[in-house]
Amino acid sequence: MSRISSFLAGPHTPQAADAFMAAGGFPIVEDSTITFVWRGDAEAVHLKHWVFGLPSSQQLARVDGTNVWYLTMQLPPGSRVEYKLEIVRGGHGEWTQDPLNNAIARDPFGGNSVAHGTGYSVPDWIYPDPSAAKGHLDEIWIDSNTFGRRGFGLYIPSRFQRTRQYPLLLVHDGHDYLRYASMGTVLDNLIDRLELADTIVVFTSSPNRLKEYADDPNHAKFLTEELVPYVERLFPLDAHPQGRCIMGASFGAVAALSTAYRYPGFYGRLLLQSGSFAFTDIGDRNHRGPLFDPVVAFMNKFRAEPAVFSERVFVSVGTYESLIYENRSLQPLLQSTGMDVRYVEARDGHNWENWRDRLREGLSWLMPGPFLHVYE
Amino acid sequence: MPAALPIPHPTIALLGPQGPGPDVAAVLAELKIRGRVGLVRAGFQEREAEDGAMVASLGVPAVNLLLHARGVEVFRGDAEFTTAYQARQQRLRNMQALYRIRLEKTEEAEHAISVRYVDPELLAQEEKVAVDQFRYLDVDHIERCTAVRDAFEAKWTPGQRPLIARHRAELAAQLAECEALVIAGGHVASLMNRMTLFDVLALAAGKPIIAWSAGAMMLTDRVVLFHDYPPYGSDIAQVLDAGLGIAPGIVVLPDPKRRLKMDARAGIQRFARRMAPATCVAMDHGARVIFEQRKIVRALGTRLTTQGVVEMGWIGTPSRFSSPTLTRMKT
Repeated sequence: MSRISSFLAGPHTPQAADAFMAAGGFPIVEDSTITFVWRGDAEAVHLKHWVFGLPSSQQLARVDGTNVWYLTMQLPPGSRVEYKLEIVRGGHGEWTQDPLNNAIARDPFGGNSVAHGTGYSVPDWIYPDPSAAKGHLDEIWIDSNTFGRRGFGLYIPSRFQRTRQYPLLLVHDGHDYLRYASMGTVLDNLIDRLELADTIVVFTSSPNRLKEYADDPNHAKFLTEELVPYVERLFPLDAHPQGRCIMGASFGAVAALSTAYRYPGFYGRLLLQSGSFAFTDIGDRNHRGPLFDPVVAFMNKFRAEPAVFSERVFVSVGTYESLIYENRSLQPLLQSTGMDVRYVEARDGHNWENWRDRLREGLSWLMPGPFLHVYE
Repeated sequence: MPAALPIPHPTIALLGPQGPGPDVAAVLAELKIRGRVGLVRAGFQEREAEDGAMVASLGVPAVNLLLHARGVEVFRGDAEFTTAYQARQQRLRNMQALYRIRLEKTEEAEHAISVRYVDPELLAQEEKVAVDQFRYLDVDHIERCTAVRDAFEAKWTPGQRPLIARHRAELAAQLAECEALVIAGGHVASLMNRMTLFDVLALAAGKPIIAWSAGAMMLTDRVVLFHDYPPYGSDIAQVLDAGLGIAPGIVVLPDPKRRLKMDARAGIQRFARRMAPATCVAMDHGARVIFEQRKIVRALGTRLTTQGVVEMGWIGTPSRFSSPTLTRMKT
């Protein structure tokens, strides 16, 4: 019998409620179910989550005679779900993190509580490893003709030597990847484990990403004709397509795809995470709003005439995202061109920790380190 | 590869990873080597010179030949040669990537055929065809890599480049004072490239060689890269290149506990058949294969058989699988 069933079957006394709460471990994950719990006085309590396919707001039930609220739902093994609770008092709802759950995922909008389904574990390679050599992170500036003066983050691997040639990785929303996807630590660990090539990484950010990332030719031009050549002047880079990778998530994935598409043969490696690859099969009206219009135009054009523009493309997406259909649809399209495509789904949503958790698989496949060659 | 003819090394000992409790000193003692040895740590690349613990583990005096550092000096000092060398390496990398695509597609086809609803006898035939296709791709890859290296050697005659010639002379003098050559593991491609660049096997002719992990792989006639647990999920074993060929007839697979799915019988069988008639030897810590005059005289390791059996405690008998189809295609 589940914990909540045992509680419901017993006496609904304050003492029983205290004992139930004192056991801790909330939310309660048992096999393929999860039970969210909140305790307090309120008119209503709602679970707010971003699992596409389920109602985004679900009401918790109050256990009769107590101020304990609960909601049990299915959660397939391996899932990772971000959520908040809405506490309604005086007719007004207030969104809050789950006070009974210390697991928090941060993002540009603040933070959400996180529930881990059975079998999910936070990867060990996202935590700082004292034994791993640390790369150097810096912030430098470029005076560009396209966008004027822009700063970008720079990662230099710990074993950097001027006599070697390095691949280059361009990261859209790069500063967010550093803040919310632990990307600096991830790079240190993957490189130290020989799983990722020693790589120079450029973290770009845009003050107007919804415009610039939506198939803006100026953005592609800035990256390809100004930023990359600038970094090539600073560091010994591998100037072959196989040595250039461009990546991004959400609109950043659109930017990565459209930039590579506009410069075929320049970026030999792409990592696309939860891309906002909206398209229409008839007409050009989309239900996501005018910000998506240029994306739809680009995707419709690409879908009509898919063409080779790179060599290897890694696509990842969460099964709990509204964009799952668009990303699933992209995979066969990319493969039809002859490009090498790896497509991965995870039971997760449109969030930074989902993108973080896929970095090892994606980056090590696109720009593998020497682990296959090293036998000590 | 530098030399067309076999270079006489009377005794060659291939060992598993040294890990905790290295056994190289015991092997040196067994071979009655008590004098100075030349130590190759080029597989450790920039960490080549950090040799204190390793030298101590040998139990005999050692001189680190510093092949990696010598290579860096050559590449810094001979720009024309370096440009050509880098172009060759890029060519080989590209060939490796394309060969790998063919392997993957062959594997996909093999899988697609294996699940068809046809009679088992036909499927068995098809399985053999798949093995032969892999074998053909492997042989073809080795031949083309060898051709690229041979063409480079012929055009650039590295031994006649002043810097390389100087290093080779220094190495010859160092090795003349050594009783044996000891080759550690590390990055197998980097190690083999440095060994070849300075023609170290020729300089150490007549001396016993003790090598482990990548060092052991490199001395066989085929270097096979493998990892059943790559960070991106799955991969297929691939031939890197011809080895230096002085320990023929085996495929060395170091560190199998960490890198091989030893319980995947079908995979083991397919791999062993693909590599046959070479014997596939999984070499954990403590494993060894001893060659005398290019023949295995004793061994202790784990053999992967063409029946898919993992034979622990293998002591040196060869593999028997042969492939008639392959002989019609390429040898």
